[in-house]
Amino acid sequence: MPLTITLGTRKGLFQFRKASNGQWQSHAPEFMAEPVTATLHDTRSETRYCALNLGHFGVKLHRAKPGQPWQEINAPAFPKSDAPDAPSVEQIWTLAASGKDQPGTLWAGTIPGALFKSDDHGDTWHLVESLWQQPEREQWFGGGYDQPGIHSICVDPRNSQRLVIAVSCGGVWESIDNGASWTLQGHGMRAAYTPPDQSDNRAIQDPHRMAQCHTSPDTLWVQHHNGIFLSRDGGHNWHEIAPVEPSSFGFAVVAHPHDSNTAWFIPAIKDECRVPANGELLVNLTRDGGKTFTALRNGLPQSHCYDLIYRHAFAVDDSGECLAFASTTGNFFVSEDGGKHWQWVSQTLPPVYTTEISHD
Amino acid sequence: MALVRFTENLQRHIHCPDCRVTAATLGEALNNVFEQHPRLRSYILDDQGRLRKHIAIFVDGRMLKDKTKHDIPVAKNATIDVIQALSGG
Repeated sequence: MPLTITLGTRKGLFQFRKASNGQWQSHAPEFMAEPVTATLHDTRSETRYCALNLGHFGVKLHRAKPGQPWQEINAPAFPKSDAPDAPSVEQIWTLAASGKDQPGTLWAGTIPGALFKSDDHGDTWHLVESLWQQPEREQWFGGGYDQPGIHSICVDPRNSQRLVIAVSCGGVWESIDNGASWTLQGHGMRAAYTPPDQSDNRAIQDPHRMAQCHTSPDTLWVQHHNGIFLSRDGGHNWHEIAPVEPSSFGFAVVAHPHDSNTAWFIPAIKDECRVPANGELLVNLTRDGGKTFTALRNGLPQSHCYDLIYRHAFAVDDSGECLAFASTTGNFFVSEDGGKHWQWVSQTLPPVYTTEISHD
Repeated sequence: MALVRFTENLQRHIHCPDCRVTAATLGEALNNVFEQHPRLRSYILDDQGRLRKHIAIFVDGRMLKDKTKHDIPVAKNATIDVIQALSGG
């Protein structure tokens, strides 16, 4: 089936499809000039969702049903409160579909760090109070943003009642009852950015991005602020991978959908520098559960490259063969052989926040 | 009746024609507009009903300094301009 690659950028939504000459070609951008912060192609209903963060006018959510134009729908919003510092959604950071057994259910992770649920394809949303009221949430803090945020939502393909989410900075949380209750997991993670006696505090960990193996959902990979972590038990316990060259720091990770030992990472120099080491852009691939890594460079710029790949800007397709990522400086790369070779599709896009691969 | 006008920059996101409303305060004027155009509310106010940080309001040409003061009185024939603040980039 033909693939579509959807990029959410600082200046609109771009879709690329492969033309008959083998080249990836962009269609006319949608939401021109608007910052796109999250996209979701819900394969259960072939419905598309696009979250915007309009600088002056707030967070918006749009939906396109099959064959229909985009339509604005209600965005997640906090309940009214009299507290002077009562929260307001600053950004929809990630959108996720539940399982086929809950066809209308969607999840949204936001900044500030809240989870919202919709049971009607996004028509209405409600705050997941059970997570918002967790006492440990008081320890969460912002990482890169002023406020903490939920950026990764993994729905167990075997059982949609089970969710694992990741928070910057607030650790890894699990629900086994469709969000009704939550347990702080993430044993084994380490925070080097706190006083030493706080480094194993699970509530202040900074997983930058969490990715799940589709056919082995207990395998989860995390690109953490302090390195790469792997869980084989659904996020309860984590093992830190030995330092990886040229850096174990980064934001983006994708997991192979069918091979639980395979994952890809895009490193950057830590902490504040955040550019590729030596100006050379590469993707780090492990095929043995993190024991060894191979640097994939073929087709990627190998000098004077200052691109950073944001946490949602790296994607893999259902086969594990097509990979796509795009950068803060508007470069866009696609590989159709698991990362061995990369095609430099565009050098002129706006800064890219999100990358999604879907089948037409 | 007070006249409420919205910046052209908002028009490209959402239909928001000039509105004439009966209102004693700024808050009443905005609420009356939002009753006619419900989706417009979230473009001007945040989840808690506060004026968005990068929205500026002028009442008869004078900029609202304290954005929390929605209860300021407005004249019968006041003109209320809702525009985007340059602070938003």
